[in-house]
Amino acid sequence: MSFEVAGLSPAKADGPLKLAVPRGALLGETLDVLDGAGIDTSEVRGDSRSLIFETEGMTLVTMRPSDVPTYVEAGAADVGITGKDVLLEQSDRMVYELLDLGFGRCRMVLAGRKGDERLGESQRRLGMMRIATKYPRIAERYFEGTGRQIELIEVKGSVELAPLIGLGDGIVDLVATGRTLEENDLEVREDILECTARFVANRVAHKLRAAEVDDLTARLREAAAR
Amino acid sequence: MIHPIPPGTRDVLPDEMRELRRLQRALIEVFEARGYGEVATPAIEYDEVLARGDGRTAATAYRFFDEGGELLALRSDMTVPIARLAASRLAGAEQPLRLCYLASAYRAVRPQRGQMREFTQAGVELIGVPAPAGTAEVIEVLEAALDAAGLDRAVIGLGDADLYRQLLAEYGIEGEARDSIIARLATHDLVGLEEELAAVEGIAEEQVATCVALSQLRGGSEVLEQARGLGGAAVERASARLQATFEELERRDVAGRVRIDLGLLRDLGYYSGAILEVYDPALGHVLGGGGRYDGLLKRFGADLPAAGFALYLERVHVAQMEEESRRGGEGR
Repeated sequence: MSFEVAGLSPAKADGPLKLAVPRGALLGETLDVLDGAGIDTSEVRGDSRSLIFETEGMTLVTMRPSDVPTYVEAGAADVGITGKDVLLEQSDRMVYELLDLGFGRCRMVLAGRKGDERLGESQRRLGMMRIATKYPRIAERYFEGTGRQIELIEVKGSVELAPLIGLGDGIVDLVATGRTLEENDLEVREDILECTARFVANRVAHKLRAAEVDDLTARLREAAAR
Repeated sequence: MIHPIPPGTRDVLPDEMRELRRLQRALIEVFEARGYGEVATPAIEYDEVLARGDGRTAATAYRFFDEGGELLALRSDMTVPIARLAASRLAGAEQPLRLCYLASAYRAVRPQRGQMREFTQAGVELIGVPAPAGTAEVIEVLEAALDAAGLDRAVIGLGDADLYRQLLAEYGIEGEARDSIIARLATHDLVGLEEELAAVEGIAEEQVATCVALSQLRGGSEVLEQARGLGGAAVERASARLQATFEELERRDVAGRVRIDLGLLRDLGYYSGAILEVYDPALGHVLGGGGRYDGLLKRFGADLPAAGFALYLERVHVAQMEEESRRGGEGR
């Protein structure tokens, strides 16, 4: 882990606490929990194109969930909220995981085409499965941990597409309701893990702004439990 | 035509070099003024010797064979080479030994993270003075070094490397379970920590709560009282060690920028007792660290208490620049 050196980008830990807020699927519930913790999110909810919002005593910075660990690790944001899937996929990012916020619950699964035996057949006849995913490290760790070999195919966009047109035998992806799988004639074959939103902090901010970080953690814990 | 250099290495041009040299000189002056004599050791050592100091295989990332088939390695820090030096070249020397260094060290990097394979450390080792006096002296030197670098807002975190090992032993947690709990503590994954602890058979709920709460205790000497409130022999012993060090710091009038941090856990294999980390509000990364390693010299045949610290020179330089521009901004 932290046997790391450098990462020389400077970041200011002065002024109001900077909180990285994930845009996309987690945004709504993140803002609800922040409201519950007494943080004014009305400006973020507005239709402004801004990325940075000043509220009382705190700066909210909106970004892609997968960028949250990057900003928090560097200290450009002091604290942040993102999915456990993102943290696992970027497990070499040195951020402190302080709280399970409980919302944004979804499953990381192995899925294949309905009624299609290609996953099993490839494993039996080729000695490995060809897996398309946006989460190469989680997939690699999972199959390694279960003693199976795979050929990893990393894609960036809609991963459901891959097995439908013959790129890979199956996919590893995040499933919330299962509707996308259903619509694409795919089904869950194995559950890999469950993910929820997490509250994370920069290592130095956690030390130097201990009171503020602890206070926010306590408020978020209360708000998330409601 | 551009001829590349390996990622994680750097050329330094005159403008930067001038500033680095100024910083280096300021640090070495502080060390020398306090009686720490500068030493140099080879960048390349026998792998077996470095591994003796730090058993983790990840410590030395770059190993190679020489023409005689000997396995050599690039050092990953200066503490182990100096332990070797103190136990061999300086075996008969008068104690305590006060040594300082300014040297490159080498570690593995993850691609595209701006991490450095080759970096410079400036630090001291105090060999032959036990806790708490030795620890306090090292912290005093560290503070003077931070002042000399102009980092007047820098903070030193002071923790205890034995706390969790002893606490988990008290709870009867051993082997793999202990290692994975320590790993969660080291990465400060509190959610995972609670899960791992809760999964231990027969553990009481308040033991889980104590361990999690301990890892969040940081601040002035009042956190020692809070820690003691959580109870247990391991906590009591660690608190007593930290208190002794803190009182010694107060006696020397250098406790001002020290924060006690019971969540601190450095992952270097040789630490025992006090551990240190250095932060500056201008930088999101740790500037340096250190602590006690009372068992390290013994591995080289000289059973001596020891403590030290190392600052990452390039990071101190970045923080220095940030602090200067902040001060400049305030002056406007």
